[in-house]
Amino acid sequence: MQRRVVFENKWLPYLLLAPQVAITLVFFHWPAAQAIEQSMLLQDAFGLRQTFVWFENFEVVLSDPNYLGTMRVTAVFSLAVTVLSMVLALLFAVLANAHIRGRSAYKTLLIWPYAVAPAVAAVLWLFIFNPEIGVLGRALNNIGLRWDYRLNDAQALFMVVAASAWKQVSYNFIFFLAGLQAIPRSLLEAAAIDGAGPVRRFRTVTFPLLSPTTFFLLVVNVVYAFFETFGVIHALTKGGPGKATETLIYRVYLDGVINNDMGSSSAQSVLLMLVVVALTAIQFRFIERKVHYA
Amino acid sequence: MSNRLALAAGTAVALALLAGPAAAQKVQLEFWHGLPQPLGGQLEQVVQGFNASQDKIQVNPTFKGSYPEAMQGAIAAFRAGNAPHIVQMFEVGTATMMAAGPAIKPVYQLLQETGSTLDPKSYLSAVAGYYTTPDGKLVSMPFNSSTTILFYNKDAFQKAGLDPNAPPKTWPELIEATKKLKASGSSCPFTTSWPTWAQFEQFSSIHNVPFATQENGFKGLNAELKINSPLHVKHLQTLIDMQKDGLFKYAGRDNAPDALFPSGECAMQMASSGLRLRITKEAKFAWGAAMLPYWPDVKDAPKNSIIGGASFWVMTSPKRTADEYKAVAEFLKYLGQPEVDAKWHMDTGYLPITAKGYEAAKAAGFYDKNPGADVPYLQMARSEVTENTKGLRLGGLPEIRNIIQEEMEKAFQGQQSAQQALDTAVQRGNTVLRNFERANKG
Repeated sequence: MQRRVVFENKWLPYLLLAPQVAITLVFFHWPAAQAIEQSMLLQDAFGLRQTFVWFENFEVVLSDPNYLGTMRVTAVFSLAVTVLSMVLALLFAVLANAHIRGRSAYKTLLIWPYAVAPAVAAVLWLFIFNPEIGVLGRALNNIGLRWDYRLNDAQALFMVVAASAWKQVSYNFIFFLAGLQAIPRSLLEAAAIDGAGPVRRFRTVTFPLLSPTTFFLLVVNVVYAFFETFGVIHALTKGGPGKATETLIYRVYLDGVINNDMGSSSAQSVLLMLVVVALTAIQFRFIERKVHYA
Repeated sequence: MSNRLALAAGTAVALALLAGPAAAQKVQLEFWHGLPQPLGGQLEQVVQGFNASQDKIQVNPTFKGSYPEAMQGAIAAFRAGNAPHIVQMFEVGTATMMAAGPAIKPVYQLLQETGSTLDPKSYLSAVAGYYTTPDGKLVSMPFNSSTTILFYNKDAFQKAGLDPNAPPKTWPELIEATKKLKASGSSCPFTTSWPTWAQFEQFSSIHNVPFATQENGFKGLNAELKINSPLHVKHLQTLIDMQKDGLFKYAGRDNAPDALFPSGECAMQMASSGLRLRITKEAKFAWGAAMLPYWPDVKDAPKNSIIGGASFWVMTSPKRTADEYKAVAEFLKYLGQPEVDAKWHMDTGYLPITAKGYEAAKAAGFYDKNPGADVPYLQMARSEVTENTKGLRLGGLPEIRNIIQEEMEKAFQGQQSAQQALDTAVQRGNTVLRNFERANKG
């Protein structure tokens, strides 16, 4: 029954692949190779003097207690952002998928935040949460709750998590909604006839059928939390107070751009790359088994 | 028809080719800067002024993003053999640039080679000192310089029963004032922008104590931080206590707290003298400017404060010609002229960097019309420069500034004591200094 597409021309497949391969080579493999090279060099800012130091940059980074702290922050932050944004998005998608009045308006409104650039999103949150100029920040202080994310680790972390998750909810929402709409109505109706209530139908029919979407979003969200939340953190807390909101990617920026330490920054990029490769591998190896592709 | 068109086009090209050499006689200089609007526009006006003042040289200014971004850009361009002729670099990047060896041409050397003269003594010693070698040779061209001063809300002072024309001169007086301000209902009697620059770098200079060994790093790359001295610890402890009592508010890193004074939220704020422009525009109350307070029990206090801001660096490139260097020297000389200096000072709120520039601004009646605008200059010029008040020459200073801010934030949250905070800051800062020393040796 399987139909196989066979290319007559030997070179055509390579030609068709070439643009993609070229882009990957130039924009991923080449810089990645440079990062690996730099991670073993000790250099001044201008690259005038350099010494090959093998894995010293890695040793220094990994034995730095602050780096381990940053790893912890990243783990908490990524987990919180991923869980929060996916759970909320799923909830919204289920609600917007129900037969309610004006649901297309809800859908449109829920998708909007995705179009907001991270830095702009952060400024919006600043106007909400800043203790002096933020609407909510002022209100909290006025009713006697001491709200000041500049001097409170937990509040700062909460704020960057909320801002980052908020940005991602829209994206997840679109995918969940599409996933929900692809579920055959007949299955749900059959379950209903068999006497399953809404919660049970969701748990035993909808959620398993959504698992490919959920799995895809899990991978995407973890990568998002690791790499694309830089703008939010930069605009809101700059990693502070102390190092309470400094994630791995933010530290790569600090060491590379602000501190001009290319060796350490490159070593951290390589480590970060390994972490994400490992995470993705784990996800595909262990979680994908539970995914049911229809 | 199409033939005629081709002919016309051909003629146009030929004319352009003929005109080419005439236009190319002007030496073109690339100048990268890191000042956003509105200051960037003011800077470009200075450049236009130079371009209009003669017909041999054309300087092309380009905004390259914030100071760190402009620095990254210049470094990347140098690595590609394509560095701009001149780049504006913030003061904390001075040590990095000085260590850049062949990438830069020190100003004194440029002047020597091009047979130009420029009297370093015409510059304020506390300004030029930041950018000179230990034996007094100018390495980069001072330009936009600011310092930290104290802004205070005269209306709030009045309300608290304080004399609006007698701002606090010392820390005990300042603390007394914050108590009265708080009693009169102020939710933020006092805050600081640039926590590291104002509370540690300026603080050390004013009290004539070292920020780091080796004359704050001027004498060598092997400097070590000294900011865990009893005086520094006492100062941080004072701030922590004031924060607890609601007399002081830590409001974020670098210039993030800048908005708090102009908005009327905080009654007193230590900030860059460059904040003046914004306060003038935004403040809806009477305000004044004062010199930084000091601890009267410290023997040598108060000394001059140190600068912030940026200077201009001459960069090298394999393609540079002698004519281009000559043109660069002309441009740098133009910047130090009293009229240029005074105009820049009056337009922007940056310091006049020459005594003549200050005199020119005075003669123009600037300080009569803007009382207090001379405070930064007077604070800079109030004493002879000592080895502790020349400025800082430390590699990785941007990183050290962040480290100090991080440790302060932990101390303000009660996670550690003032002593612990500064001990850790010294230890982490010294690691940065040792790495810089290693990467820039030989």
